[in-house]
Amino acid sequence: MTQSLPGERSVFGPRAARLGLYAFLFASAAFFLLPLLLVISNSLKPMEEIRQGNLLALPVKPTFDAWLTAWKSACTGLECGGVRPGLWNSIKITVPAVVISTLAGALNGYALAQWKWRHANLIMLLVMVGLFIPYQAMLYPTVKILSSLSLFRTYGGIILVHVVYGLPYTTLLFRNFYVGVPEEISRAARMEGASFLRTFRSVILPLSTNILVVVAILQFTGIWNDYLLGLIFAGNDNLPMTVQLTNIVNNARGSASPNVNMAAAVITAIPTLIVYFLSGRYFVRGIAAGAVKG
Amino acid sequence: MSSVSIRKIRKSFAGLIVLDSVDMEIAPGEFIVILGPSGCGKSTLLNVIAGLDDCDSGQIVIDAVDVSGLEPSQRGLAMVFQSYALFPAMTVRRNLSFGMEVAGTPKATIVQKVDWVAKLLQIEVLLDRKPSQLSGGQRQRVAIGRALVRSSSICLFDEPLSNLDAKLRAETRVELKQLHETLKSTMIYVTHDQIEAMTMADRVAVMHKGRVEQFAPPQSIYEKPASLFVAGFVGSPAMNLLEGSLDGAGRFLVGQRSVSSSTYPFEEPSTAGEAVLGIRCEDIDVVEPGSPDSIPAKLAFTELLGADALGWFDCLGKRMSVRLGVDAARSMRKEVGLRFDIAKASFFSASTERRL
Repeated sequence: MTQSLPGERSVFGPRAARLGLYAFLFASAAFFLLPLLLVISNSLKPMEEIRQGNLLALPVKPTFDAWLTAWKSACTGLECGGVRPGLWNSIKITVPAVVISTLAGALNGYALAQWKWRHANLIMLLVMVGLFIPYQAMLYPTVKILSSLSLFRTYGGIILVHVVYGLPYTTLLFRNFYVGVPEEISRAARMEGASFLRTFRSVILPLSTNILVVVAILQFTGIWNDYLLGLIFAGNDNLPMTVQLTNIVNNARGSASPNVNMAAAVITAIPTLIVYFLSGRYFVRGIAAGAVKG
Repeated sequence: MSSVSIRKIRKSFAGLIVLDSVDMEIAPGEFIVILGPSGCGKSTLLNVIAGLDDCDSGQIVIDAVDVSGLEPSQRGLAMVFQSYALFPAMTVRRNLSFGMEVAGTPKATIVQKVDWVAKLLQIEVLLDRKPSQLSGGQRQRVAIGRALVRSSSICLFDEPLSNLDAKLRAETRVELKQLHETLKSTMIYVTHDQIEAMTMADRVAVMHKGRVEQFAPPQSIYEKPASLFVAGFVGSPAMNLLEGSLDGAGRFLVGQRSVSSSTYPFEEPSTAGEAVLGIRCEDIDVVEPGSPDSIPAKLAFTELLGADALGWFDCLGKRMSVRLGVDAARSMRKEVGLRFDIAKASFFSASTERRL
C-alpha cells in the first residue's frame, strides 16, 4: 500500500517522500498513543506526585501500589475488592456471547447471502433496522421482555441480550462476505448430498477464517467494553469489570485517588489490547480480504 | 446407465419464459449435448434436471421414476460445474470423498473409490493439494473426478470446458468422450460450443428461447437443420441464406434469377410461397460464368485456412461463402458462376422458419 504508483514522482525525490511519510505515521501513532501513555504514567505515580498536579510529568518514584489497590482493594460501592471479581464476570459474559453471536451471525449471513429466497432481501433490511435503532430506545422493552421470561438480571439474560444486540451487526458482516463466495460451491455440496447445516459446517465455515476472526474481535471489543447493558441486565452477582471501574471512579467515600482510577482503567483495557496484539494480522487480512478464490 | 425423460418442462422467471414446454427422451448410456447461445435456457434446463432449480410444471422421470419432487442427492446423478466449484478449504482427496462421507460410505470403500478415480483421471499426485494450488486444467479434472467417483448412472456437465484454453479444451474433449465409452453412463452436457457438440454427442438438442429447436444426431443437425435458427447457429462459416420464393413448379426465384428446386426432397410436394434457401459453403460449385443453372457472382476475397480455403462471393445481393481448394482459391478469377447442389440444400418457410 505504501508503494507509489509508477509515474508518480515527488518533488523532493523518493527518500524525502519516505521520510515525510514516516514522520506523519509516527506523529499519528503518538497522537493516538498519548492518552494511553499519560494514563499509564500517572497510574505509576504515588499520591504525593499526583497532588503536585503536573499531569504531564513522568513518575519520579514509580510504584505499582495504585495497581494493587485497583486490583484488590479499591471500593466499588459497598464492597472494597477492586476490579478483580469483575474480571471473571467479564470473561464469563464475553466469551459465550462472542462465540454465540459470531457463529449465529455466520449462519444467518450465509443463509441470507446464498439461499435464493424471495424475501431474503426484506429480512436483511429488517435486520439492518436493528443496527440503526440505538440501544437506549430498546432498553425498556427489553427489560419488560426479560422479566416476563424471568431472565432479568441473570447470567443467561445478559448473554441473551448481548447475542441479540450483536446479531444485526455480525449478520451484516458475514452476509457481505458470503455474497462474494460463488454460489456454485453450495450447489456442488447440495449435489453431493450435504444438508444446509452440513454444507455450512464442512464447506463454508472452513473458508471463513479471516472474517470469523474479524467479527470475533469486533464483538469481543464491543461486549468487553460494554457498560450500559452490563449495569442493567447482568445482576449484582455478574457485574462486569466496566461497571466496577465506573464505581471505583465515582466512589463518593474518601478522597479521590486518580492514580488508582487510571490503574483500574488500564487493567480493564488490557484484555482487548491483548486480543488486538495477538490477532492484528488476521484482522487486517480479514478486512482486506475480498472474495474467495478456488 | 439410466434413461432420462424430460416431460413438458416449463419455467418462467419474473414474467420471462425461460423454458417453454421442453420434451426430451434420453436413452440409457446416451451422450446428449444441449447446444444453444447464452440465455437460451440450457443451463436452467440442466439445473432443473439436477433438481437444483424448481420448474413451474412438468416432470423429470429417471428410469421410470418421477423424481420431480426429490432432492438432487436422491436423484442419483452427479454434476460438473462451469466454475468447477471445488470446496476451497478441502484437499483434492476430501473433495473427492466428501459426498461419500456425507452418505456414510464405509472408509475402505471411500479409499478404494478415490484411488480408482484418481488413477482413471491421472490426478494421483494432486490428491493432497488444495484447489488453490491447482491449475485450471487440474481443477477441471478434479471436478470431473468428483462427479465420477460415486459411479452415478447419470452425469451432468455445465459448460465444463469453457474456462480452459483451446489446446486443453481439445484434449479434454477427446478424453471425456473416451470416459463415456469406458463408463457407459448417461451424460447430459451443456455447451455453446458447436465443435464440442458435433464431436462428442450421440444426439444434440439445439435450444433457442427456451425451446428445443431440433433434437437429432449431430450430422443430421448439420445437414438437415430443422429450422432457420439451427441453420444459422450450427456450422462455421454460417450457412448461406437466400430469401426468395418457391413457385410450386420446381423453381426457386430470387430477384430476377431462379434455380431449379426439383431435386430437393420436399416433405410436401409442390410447396409454394415465400421461402429461404440455406446452402452450406461446401455444397456450392464454382463454374464458368454463364453455365447452365448457375448464378453469376463476383469474388470479394479469399481466406486460406491451411487445409482448404474459403471464397467470399457477392451473389444476388448477399455475401456468400464457398469452400475451395487452396490452389483453386489462389487462381480464382473475379467473375464466376455459382452452382448450388440443391439436393443437399435446405428450404425453410419464410413465415414459420421451419424446414420445408
